[in-house]
Amino acid sequence: MSVPTSASVVIVGGGATGLSAGWWLAREGIDVVVLDKGIVGWEASGRNGGGCSHHFSPLFREEQRLWPLMDELLGYPTEFQPNRIRVAFDPAQLALYGEAKRNAERQGFATDLLDPRQVRELVPLAAEATAGGYFYRFGGHANPHRTVQAYAWAMQDSGGQVLQHTEVAGFERSGNRVTAVRTSRGTIGCEHVVLAAGPQTSRLAGMLGVDVPMVAARAEMIVTEPLPLMPIGGVDGNGLYGRQTLRGSLAYGGGPHEWLDEPATQRPSTPLMGNIAGRLARLFPKAAHARVIRSWAGIIENTPDGRPVIDRLASPENVVVATLSSIGFGLSPATGHAIRDLVVDGVCGFADLSSFRLDRFARLEKDWIDIQGWKPC
Amino acid sequence: MRDPASITGKTLTVAEHTELLVIGAGPAGLAAAIEAARLGLKVVLVDEHPVPFDAMAEDIPLLFGGRMSGAVRNRSAMTDACIASDSMIEAAFDAGVDLRLGTLCWGVFANGPAVGWLPGPVAGLADPDRSWMIGAARMIVCAGRRDMGLAFPGWELPGVMGMVAAERLAARYGALDARCAVVLGSTTDALDGALRLRDAGVRIAAIIEVAPAPLDPAAANRGFELLCGHVVRRAEGTDGVRQLVVSPRDAPDREREIACDTVIVGVAAVPVVELLDAAGCQMAFSPERGGHVPVLDADQRTTLPHLLAAGDCAGIWPAKSRDPNIAREEGRRAARQPLPQSGRGRREAAGEGAAAAHSESSTQQEQEQGSVGTASPSTLSRLDLSRAAGEVILDWVRATVIDAAGEPYVCRCEEVTARDILEVRPPRYLGWTSDHRNRRDLASLLGAGAPNPDQVKRLTRAGMGVCQGRRCREQVAALLALGAGVGLGEVPLATHRAPVRPLPLRLAAQPESPEMAAHWDTWFGMASQYVPFWDAPRHHVAADRPVRSNTDPE
Repeated sequence: MSVPTSASVVIVGGGATGLSAGWWLAREGIDVVVLDKGIVGWEASGRNGGGCSHHFSPLFREEQRLWPLMDELLGYPTEFQPNRIRVAFDPAQLALYGEAKRNAERQGFATDLLDPRQVRELVPLAAEATAGGYFYRFGGHANPHRTVQAYAWAMQDSGGQVLQHTEVAGFERSGNRVTAVRTSRGTIGCEHVVLAAGPQTSRLAGMLGVDVPMVAARAEMIVTEPLPLMPIGGVDGNGLYGRQTLRGSLAYGGGPHEWLDEPATQRPSTPLMGNIAGRLARLFPKAAHARVIRSWAGIIENTPDGRPVIDRLASPENVVVATLSSIGFGLSPATGHAIRDLVVDGVCGFADLSSFRLDRFARLEKDWIDIQGWKPC
Repeated sequence: MRDPASITGKTLTVAEHTELLVIGAGPAGLAAAIEAARLGLKVVLVDEHPVPFDAMAEDIPLLFGGRMSGAVRNRSAMTDACIASDSMIEAAFDAGVDLRLGTLCWGVFANGPAVGWLPGPVAGLADPDRSWMIGAARMIVCAGRRDMGLAFPGWELPGVMGMVAAERLAARYGALDARCAVVLGSTTDALDGALRLRDAGVRIAAIIEVAPAPLDPAAANRGFELLCGHVVRRAEGTDGVRQLVVSPRDAPDREREIACDTVIVGVAAVPVVELLDAAGCQMAFSPERGGHVPVLDADQRTTLPHLLAAGDCAGIWPAKSRDPNIAREEGRRAARQPLPQSGRGRREAAGEGAAAAHSESSTQQEQEQGSVGTASPSTLSRLDLSRAAGEVILDWVRATVIDAAGEPYVCRCEEVTARDILEVRPPRYLGWTSDHRNRRDLASLLGAGAPNPDQVKRLTRAGMGVCQGRRCREQVAALLALGAGVGLGEVPLATHRAPVRPLPLRLAAQPESPEMAAHWDTWFGMASQYVPFWDAPRHHVAADRPVRSNTDPE
């Protein structure tokens, strides 16, 4: 595919966030190009648990509104399945999982407390002896790989372009605006730029003289062979996140992450696999015979408070920065909508994004990484 | 301070330690282990054979095609058979090698650019009862070869198996349950295998080759019926293969039925590189070495400082297949390499030294090739090279898989056909019927790059099943190459992932150290991440951040 000489909006980063934004813009007929240094959805967007239940986020309502519509809107399958169950093995876990109840109820979503008997009824693979759990009448899960590709295809169906294997080399500026993006395959003139490049966002923003504090980390998941489908696939707990996929596999992660000096190009998994397997066997004793067939790791960025930055900069004023700080996939339908609003209208029309502003780090200590201990081993 | 939810300060439970771990007790592995023991090293040598019957029944780790006899169920008898199958096994015991049969290695790990928490190089081992970690300053992977699968209608029938699997069952287990076989492929390896199987009492009904002439010109003198320019139409039978139907490639109507109980796929022997690739060794496509192999220096060292490779997993070529002394010499050479400095840190493990050694040794390797002769594949003629792995595989897949009448599953675990792969169709279990305006196919994924099998497998699920892609990955790569009109070598190697053998959760489970249990968190354990947005502070200041363990994302 040839590189266009110009586009209204150039989005850097072909993950869930950038592609969703591209799709939202393209479906309004806006001329948009999404660049990726490799293949779409290759980083954290393709390496997550697929959860869609972010009750603490200002984008929660829009996340909940959109997910049931996404297959229809995109025209490609996302494997979205509604609802979520969390299983606790001790009172501390139960109390923790209950925090969702307070947040969700305030926003109009219901949650049921489950006793151990109800857990056994709803979750055929679960342990006999649990501390109970919660049934969230919201949220759910989808297939990250399929969803990311669906965004890309749906955007292309509306006239948007995806350029894979295209790296950003720099930006051209005029006054308070970026006028073009220089890439490994040519320069693309633009009216707006969206930086949605996951762990690379900080480096790219740095090219514009903008400091987006973040540190990358490595986190691991495992997947088993298929098992008979449970009535609700979105079951997690015992310190794990994940889901039973529609194929029947158990795809779960959790446990310690590893902070990195810089975003790594390699994503090795480690023997932590065995610890995740142990937690999963306890969560689902009736699946303890199921065989692990893969483990993998993702490289994930986090801002100092773990919240997203979704902000239109003051300077250059035609740039939107979007890093979701390790919780990007599930929110992506709503994130794309918010980015569309910031690009087109200058302000998000459906949610209060003030907690996502970049200037909340104006008082951040220079040595914040040391203070928070986000250092490599 | 450190982030208590991070891996920093967590320890891995390592059950045992050795100086050298050798994985695979074929000629290379045995020679490596014996040599290292003679040099005074503490050596553990593991080999997954005898493989449990249930795994064999699922074609793990080889394409056994259900042709193992019931004797395989007797594990102790099979262990005895494996020991008796190679006099060097006894020699290894005598040399003081800690040799463990029926023990598989499911992963090799070390610190590197994105990992720093491991105590040093470690490997995951498992037997039918448990799995555990072993620490080893150095490891030599001698994982051997396996068969490329080939889809045609009926290839799922018991009796369709691979040449490596057939020979392994015959020679190592004494448990090959085949009387009359048709062999697919006419490479030197396929023909030599057919000869050995004939010597073992299997009648070879015919040898089928898609190319117009046998790939090994000596084939005509071996006394086999040779059908060149022929393709497989289907295998027929009810509870097993009863006959194979073939036809001339250019005359599909002129079918011929060949009675047989076994069809042996000998199209291509593939280096078993899964441990090496999953560990992060640099790999390269090398048709004269049988496909994707680790980048090695003249001393069998990979690009990772703790890891070496020898034998078929380091490259397969005809002279090496015929003379096990070449593999043995590779093993001994690997065993003689000095132990690396113990390196805990990620910087050391990243191996600047190893990279430099590689650039130096390439010239060394070239020099060596002149004197050693058959010890390297460079003695192949240009003709052999042109027919080497890449072209042969493409030709078979083009003729047999793409042109197959009944749309057989290429990926049998996930039931994915060649057309599903080329059209990037979502899996059937989704029941997705779209009247969507744009038909999606391989071209819509390509962009500027070659087709990537990992991207295709995520969308079609081809290669994501319980056989971990061993039956289909070369076919999928060939389909993508043919679909995109590029050479096989341009299609990236689909990634391998630990565990490289399916491992039950209850076996895979490793002890959780107290400090890991105390701070185990679902996600990053970052309290500020979950403060609802209406309570979020205006500014984030690191010193004032909320701190709490066991927070939770969803």
